Amino acid sequence: MEQWIELLKQVIPSKQVLTDLSDRYSYSFDASFGEHLPEAVVQAKSNEEVMEVLKIANEYRIPVYPRGQGTCLSGGPLPVHGGILLDMSQWPERLEMSPDDLTVTVSPSVLTGNINKEAEKHGLMYAPDPSSAHVATIGGNLAENSGGPRGLKYGVTKDHVIGLKVITPEGELIRTGGNTIKNVTGYDLTKLIVGSEGTLGVITEATLKLLPKPPAVQTLMVSFDEVRKAAEAISRTLTSGILPSKMEFMDQACIEAVENFQPAGLPVDAAAIVIIELDGHPETLKIERRLIEEIMENIGARGTVVPETSEEAEKIWHARKQVSPAIAKIKPTKVSEDATVPRSKIPDLIDRLQVIKEKHNVEVVVFGHAGDGNLHPNILCDKRDQEEMKRAELAVEELFEAAVELGGTLSGEHGIGTMKAPFMEMEVGEIGIDMMKRIKEAWDPNGIMNPGKIFAEKGQKLVLRNE
Amino acid sequence: MSDLQTLSQKLNYDKTFDCVQCGYCLPACPTYETMERETHSPRGRINLVKMVAEGKASVEDLQEPIEKCLGCMACTTVCPTNVQYGEILEGAMGVIDEYEAKSTSQRVTEDFLYDSFFPSSKWMNTLGHATWLYQKSGLQKVAQTFQLTKIAPLHLDQFEKVLPDLPSPKRRKEQRAKRYIRKRPATAKVAFFPGCIMDSVFYESNQKTIELLLRSGAEVVLPEAQTCCGALHAHSGKIDTSIELAKQNIEAFEEEKFDYIVNNAGGCGARLIEYHHLFEKGTRWHERALAFVAKVKDISEVLTGLDELVFNQPVNRTITYQPSCHMTNVQGVTEAPIQLIRNIPGIELKELERPNFCCGSAGIYNIVNYEDSMDILDVKMKDVCGVEPDGIVTSNPGCLLQMKLGVEREGKSDQIDSIHLVDLLMEANPEPAWK
Repeated sequence: MEQWIELLKQVIPSKQVLTDLSDRYSYSFDASFGEHLPEAVVQAKSNEEVMEVLKIANEYRIPVYPRGQGTCLSGGPLPVHGGILLDMSQWPERLEMSPDDLTVTVSPSVLTGNINKEAEKHGLMYAPDPSSAHVATIGGNLAENSGGPRGLKYGVTKDHVIGLKVITPEGELIRTGGNTIKNVTGYDLTKLIVGSEGTLGVITEATLKLLPKPPAVQTLMVSFDEVRKAAEAISRTLTSGILPSKMEFMDQACIEAVENFQPAGLPVDAAAIVIIELDGHPETLKIERRLIEEIMENIGARGTVVPETSEEAEKIWHARKQVSPAIAKIKPTKVSEDATVPRSKIPDLIDRLQVIKEKHNVEVVVFGHAGDGNLHPNILCDKRDQEEMKRAELAVEELFEAAVELGGTLSGEHGIGTMKAPFMEMEVGEIGIDMMKRIKEAWDPNGIMNPGKIFAEKGQKLVLRNE
Repeated sequence: MSDLQTLSQKLNYDKTFDCVQCGYCLPACPTYETMERETHSPRGRINLVKMVAEGKASVEDLQEPIEKCLGCMACTTVCPTNVQYGEILEGAMGVIDEYEAKSTSQRVTEDFLYDSFFPSSKWMNTLGHATWLYQKSGLQKVAQTFQLTKIAPLHLDQFEKVLPDLPSPKRRKEQRAKRYIRKRPATAKVAFFPGCIMDSVFYESNQKTIELLLRSGAEVVLPEAQTCCGALHAHSGKIDTSIELAKQNIEAFEEEKFDYIVNNAGGCGARLIEYHHLFEKGTRWHERALAFVAKVKDISEVLTGLDELVFNQPVNRTITYQPSCHMTNVQGVTEAPIQLIRNIPGIELKELERPNFCCGSAGIYNIVNYEDSMDILDVKMKDVCGVEPDGIVTSNPGCLLQMKLGVEREGKSDQIDSIHLVDLLMEANPEPAWK
């Protein structure tokens, strides 16, 4: 056995160092593409353990890949060069509410959904709500800067973090930020670390900002004959003085897929639907709801459904949740993208997708958080069909090009990981990449932290196929 | 076909592609929680099956993760892409059994259990007697005679402590008829499937089940040719035996026209209701299995569907309900038992925080993987103790034994008793509404 593994076993309890093939394979993947075998899996449970691991890794130049529960859609935790997979999910859970400060301090293994659940007990909320919040750890959310439907009104993870504990790549513990809402002391390292995808260190604790929980919500579902009209309706709503918490879009293919999968009474002949959620005081919601109904009527929407009870509203949101499983019935492999464009460019992006779809002969469905321009075009294919996967790769490439050309970005909420690394330069430019690399080199002189992510390696391309 | 192709076919390789590795199964999996690694999660197991099918890992690598799976199927209920985990698991079990990857101790233990406990053709008579005899003579002693304890610690003494007193073979014969006919026109003609463990260990509960059906106005028949459901065989990879048992049961219940085939064991019911999966579509056996499956019902479903029972005797107790995983996740029966409990006057039902977390019984899991099972049981008992009940109601014999063991381990045998749903219902002395 490698000397560094022996050393690890001396400083970490032996049952937290996994070297059996079955264990290594069980951490060789995430929810994206690719399978890479780590040489060891280390389950870290304390700051000291992470510090020890990184010191050994630094000395022996062994790559280290932090991982939460592996729900990442961009390949963030994939151990692409072997080495140490650092499992953070078994860290003893700590969730300390400070309701009077409207903050909460958490260990990295806490499930994101549980933070919000706990906050709600105090009349508060933790706003980021990625759809995997009931599985994903906050550590992973911080690393990848996850978003969610509520991002429209409340932003993504980075907008809710005020302090961190981080183990640097050289194995030292630092604190960034603090416990206060306002804090302009020095460089904002907190924001640098959040979303750095584990390339600058390992996050072992976070202090998060909570918000008062809105007392009520109101759902509306609007259907349209044209996608352009749906986009127009979104812009019109947002410029009318109303900021909904969610504005979710589904194209016709998604509507049909859901109705075939589990009929929910969605209008199958509509070109698109937009599901809106307003949150706030019940009296305000009454007014806003009326205003939106007027806007939709003026714009020529096909129809607006306003559920009267929370059960009816729940049914609509359930239908939205069924999109993922429903489209998996069309083809088993989903390439779920999160390219984001300025809101006004949504119809253009959808037009471009249509062209890409025909050119490469791939199935594309579109849904997502249209209110903030963050759509999820999903390319549906079958991993077993190498030729189709190749076409999917080309389609994804062109999708990224389209998003950037329209003034948008590669990733609204999933992160860059391995999947989008080859396209980074296209968005941030040569010098932009170089400046980022300089930061990385200063922080991680031996380049041990999560190599192969964010920065493309020489000749790296998007690969959806398993060779 | 190459060896690898044959292997991947047996492993249901194609079905592993339905898993998109989203990880939504992780929070639902008891073994992921107690064993703290992906290797013991549904997603991890499916991936390992894939690796073996692709020749990247060996059957030996697959063995432990698969054998440590409870088969509770909680993952299938939360899976957003409807992965057929049950089929993948059974395929893997079959391959492990066939490739003789099992350890000697595992094999000896299983052989002992399958040969002694689970049925020969005359199971209905012999099995109950055997258990009765074991109890009278001491289970541990039997195991010792087989020199089992040397190879694998069976912890049978633990289970022996919590076995209820069993009626003697003589009493069984006197008490049990093969057919219960009604004077009034029957509301339904019901075939009763007593199950191996239910009938051997919880014989009295089976008698109560028959009584409840009669009080609901049904005519009850116990077809003689029926046999074990085959669930335990399938779960340990003995698919061929499982298919044989299924055929025998399908035939047995075709002898007369029944409205329902009723069972009171969540695990058996789950097997019976999936018989059609054992046969190729389009075959005669598949059709016969479908006709059989359409009639399979849990006792709670039938009782809520037949003549409404009125509960006369208030039961002033605080109880909690531990649903059988297979009833919840495979049969999809969740509401009926709760509805029946709530109909009993005087009862207070305090629901568990995580009712769908397996108790760790899981067929013979608690015997074969005793330590792991106890870790899971500890999680369950923490939840149980949190609601402070004076009784735990379950709907499957395995769960019932396990809960009894859990209570014993907590040292609360004098405060909490564990009973089958039918026992509770009979305590409330139900009568048909028309009476």
